[in-house]
Amino acid sequence: MTDSGNEKPRSLSVICSKGSFDMAYPGLILANAARMAGVDARLFFTFWGLDIVNEKKIDHLHLNLVGNPSAPLPAMIAGLPGVEALATVQMRKEMERLDIPPIREFIEMLDDAGADMYGCQMALDMFKLTKDDLVPQVKDVLTAMDFMDMSEGAQIIFI
Amino acid sequence: MSLQNIQTDPEGYLANREDWSEELANELAAQMGVSLTEEHWKVLNTARAIDAESGSSPGLRKISKRSETPIKAIYKLFPEGPAKAIAKIAGIPKPKSCL
Repeated sequence: MTDSGNEKPRSLSVICSKGSFDMAYPGLILANAARMAGVDARLFFTFWGLDIVNEKKIDHLHLNLVGNPSAPLPAMIAGLPGVEALATVQMRKEMERLDIPPIREFIEMLDDAGADMYGCQMALDMFKLTKDDLVPQVKDVLTAMDFMDMSEGAQIIFI
Repeated sequence: MSLQNIQTDPEGYLANREDWSEELANELAAQMGVSLTEEHWKVLNTARAIDAESGSSPGLRKISKRSETPIKAIYKLFPEGPAKAIAKIAGIPKPKSCL
């Protein structure tokens, strides 16, 4: 199969807005799949999504069970202290079995794969954080408009 | 078999595994602008070995771990979409893994 040669190279922008353990992975997996397939990829971490790249939180993200209709437990039980933590431990184990890397390692892998990662300026201000609070793989802090400019011609995924 | 008379599927993966040879791999790589070195071969042979053992074309993470080649190095060896490039050059199907 040959490329027609006149198409613009594909490019993907992923916006990660959620900070729960289960919602961190989809964006990371999609960006990684893009890079493996030769598609340019960048990620923008905003609002709760900042937790994914927050040095203090990256290793402690929690599964979200309460208010999640797919949760395997009734909401009343899911809300009891320690239940989400326990479920998170279970899920971590299962992921380890499948050789899915922990979030910190995944972020390093994405960096090695050439995916660019950015923090959202407004979200940082809101949470009283600076770039120094984020993992070193985050290249820069941007406004939403910067990210839009950077995403010209790219496919955008909001998670 | 040389590049002119091999058959590929619509996505460019080798249609018949028996068609694969080291020579063909070199030609396929050259077509992608890659000239195969020992390091490339370590990665390609690992991918072929995993596929042969498990019957499932591996993703980069498995190839990286088993061949002891860091992800970063694999992207240097195969800059344009390493997962696809490795499978095509190694003559194995499209990877079945997301990682």
